[in-house]
Amino acid sequence: MNKTSFSTEKNKLFVTRTFNAPLALVWRAWTEAELLDKWWAPRPWQSVTTEMDFKENGLRVYYMAGPEGEKHWCRTNYKTVDMHKHFTGADAFADEAGNINEAMPVGLFSVQFNADSNQTEVTNITEYPSEADLQKVIEMGMKEGLSMAFQNLDEVLAGISA
Amino acid sequence: MRRDVFQALADPTRRAILMSLKTEKKNVNALAEQFEMSRQAVSLHVKYLWECGVISINQEGRERICALEAQKLAQVNDWLAPFRELWETRFNQLDELLDDLESQTDFKM
Repeated sequence: MNKTSFSTEKNKLFVTRTFNAPLALVWRAWTEAELLDKWWAPRPWQSVTTEMDFKENGLRVYYMAGPEGEKHWCRTNYKTVDMHKHFTGADAFADEAGNINEAMPVGLFSVQFNADSNQTEVTNITEYPSEADLQKVIEMGMKEGLSMAFQNLDEVLAGISA
Repeated sequence: MRRDVFQALADPTRRAILMSLKTEKKNVNALAEQFEMSRQAVSLHVKYLWECGVISINQEGRERICALEAQKLAQVNDWLAPFRELWETRFNQLDELLDDLESQTDFKM
């Protein structure tokens, strides 16, 4: 398991991770609906893509399906695509028709791919209109992250008692 | 009096109770049986944890069921914690997927 590095800079989030797989495969996993759905939602949540058109100015409409029947709809607008190098776009909360929820902050993201022999480094930068918006989105994510927060407990406890 | 997450975690028994609730909800009696102290002492810790907001207590029939409030506990880390967890989980799932895809490719070759 490779290490993921996280950092923030005001309203920006940076996430970098190396995968032990060739670039072409990692690219597919990020850009094909069928593959994205297999890893995008933290289990037991499931990602279900209902519309996918991965290209410049294309889109993805999907929902995160929760274990108790919850559905959180999201919409990604792809802006630029540079095959096997990077793609950019906007991530928004939406309704089931794919209409963007204007009440929630939209994140502008860029995903960059760097091949290093048989490994691929992926850097994901997401920028929100303000720091407060960034915080709001992270709090939203907690709904899906609830089960994951459990895994975190060990770390928390170890940190506190040390 | 309002207590916080850090107070909840400051005591070894309370940490043990939280760890025990990590896998499943438990009623107060079941919790008490796990510790070599009086039921009343465990009850006090449970009450303290509830006051800190890190567990919920619900009356179900004759039982009082304690459950972890994971969201509250996660505050101890930093506000980015849920975000980290989300991406770590995603990426671990992506590792699995890439492994699968690679082995399929090997098979074809």
